[in-house]
Amino acid sequence: MPYNQEFIHALIVDDQKCIRCTHCVKICPTEAIRIVNGSVVIREERCVDCGECVRACPQGAIDIDHDDLSRINEYKNKVILFPSVFWAQFPDRLSEDQVYTALQKIGFTHVYEVEQPIAVLKNVVRKQIKSNQSEYPIISSFCPAIVRLIQIRYPSLTENITRVKAPHDLSAHYILDKLSADGLDPAETGVFYVTPCVAKIAAVKSPVGENRSIITGVISPKDLFNKVMSIVDDIQAEDCRYLRKELTKEGIQWSLTHGETWWQNTRTMAVDGIHNAIKILERIENDEIAGIDFLELRACDRSCAAGVLLPQNRFLTVEKLKRRAKRYPSAEKKSQTEGDERFMHLESKVLTGEINPRPLLRFGSDMEMAMSRMQRARNIMCHLPGIDCAACGAPTCQALAEDMANRKAKMSDCIFIQQLWQKNGKVPAEKAFKRMEKKWGEKRFDPDCTKIGAKNETNR
Amino acid sequence: MIKLNYTIEGGDFSRAGYASSQVKKNLKQLGVDQKIIKNIVVALYEAEVNIVAHAQKGNIEVLISPTGVKMIVSDQGPGIVDVGQAMQVGFSTASEKVRQMGFGAGMGLPNIKRNVDRLDIETKVGKGTTLTMIKDF
Repeated sequence: MPYNQEFIHALIVDDQKCIRCTHCVKICPTEAIRIVNGSVVIREERCVDCGECVRACPQGAIDIDHDDLSRINEYKNKVILFPSVFWAQFPDRLSEDQVYTALQKIGFTHVYEVEQPIAVLKNVVRKQIKSNQSEYPIISSFCPAIVRLIQIRYPSLTENITRVKAPHDLSAHYILDKLSADGLDPAETGVFYVTPCVAKIAAVKSPVGENRSIITGVISPKDLFNKVMSIVDDIQAEDCRYLRKELTKEGIQWSLTHGETWWQNTRTMAVDGIHNAIKILERIENDEIAGIDFLELRACDRSCAAGVLLPQNRFLTVEKLKRRAKRYPSAEKKSQTEGDERFMHLESKVLTGEINPRPLLRFGSDMEMAMSRMQRARNIMCHLPGIDCAACGAPTCQALAEDMANRKAKMSDCIFIQQLWQKNGKVPAEKAFKRMEKKWGEKRFDPDCTKIGAKNETNR
Repeated sequence: MIKLNYTIEGGDFSRAGYASSQVKKNLKQLGVDQKIIKNIVVALYEAEVNIVAHAQKGNIEVLISPTGVKMIVSDQGPGIVDVGQAMQVGFSTASEKVRQMGFGAGMGLPNIKRNVDRLDIETKVGKGTTLTMIKDF
């Protein structure tokens, strides 16, 4: 089925704040970032929205495309859908009810935590593991950055990604069904999702294996956190326990590392951190890991507790959620006592369509041409210094060679080659400097005391 | 046509697999079918291990064309006394030390043959061995 195959990204680089320090260029796991003519350029076909660049940026210059809180006023029924990790951002002195009440006071008419109908996911994933015929393990579709990483770098593994919706999408269905059963008009209902990370924003904007998400908008947790904190001490908490009655141990810990594996009785493995995930995917693809039934992969170290948009420390978030989970019943027990009937209708909605591979062919899709370009890149590598300084605007010498082979960069982009050419009298110093300014921006090399670590550091 | 060259030092098993993983990376970048890549990687890895286990030094040359891959793996090792025997599953001349490390099960050459379209073995006892493997796309 033809699904929306375009990646829509949620990253916006602020050229005014960016000082072209190359931290993002070097950290990007798919080598998607370059500096071109004094600006950061993100190559869309390569970006998997993992958000590592946002984390690495010392200037806070990479912004996230999210909705303004005021957008909720366009709807009569204002639904907030927030993940458990968001609740864990608040200090211990605040109770669950205080946070819930504050969110209602901010204007939300319906307050829900994402991880409520998790029993459905558990059941469906179990079935998919059981019916897996392939030699590879079933891979969780939970982390959208991982799904996109597999699409571009491990295309042969896309078939093994679980075809289930993300919890936020499933929850939105659950809530909308509930509200329309109560007689509320879906057209007057806006579902706003508080997202911990960049990948989930991108997943709402262009979901993989689906045409569109039913989420109305995404809200930055930082803005909302500040808003709650500014009013929470002046309000009287109301009893909101009825809003959390579907919450379970499994649900609360779902987005943490091992959240999808600890309750399973098959052979599972949980890996967090995108570079760790890459190492494991590489070995899975090589058939070097046998016998694993289910693989949970998360792009962030400590999973969603480390969501790049969350203000709190990831380890404190994990500890707080683990503590919280102890107070809740297990989904297993709940389905024994209460049954899962109220979720049954969701089972038909939980599945997504096919996840298509989108192999990243660095030298183009024509094999003959790709070969000649690859050979060119290898010849160029003989001349580059192999220092991987990123002063050319590419993350490594090999990436520069690749760009040159694809006619997207020049030998003169390398500052060491420039030096060599000057020494050999090939290029006058003046011209070499002009080239550097073209790459990094005019006056980029004038003294500037406002930079980090300089005399008058400025918080830009 | 792309030519990749790797020099292999004997004895270091932790480094065995470097050439095959590099070749895999390149073939993936060219968009070669994953199943074929897997065959090539398995064959090349076995050949690499053979050099590490039996020879002092070896060389791998990989030629990639739009129609297939040719791999020439040559070593300055002891050579193979009886090629027919070496092609049998389970036959191995690996030392006890090598076996203890989990190699030398006598699967190498048969496994290579299974994964490529053509395998030629040229060997001289006391001089060395050259494997020529061809896998079509």
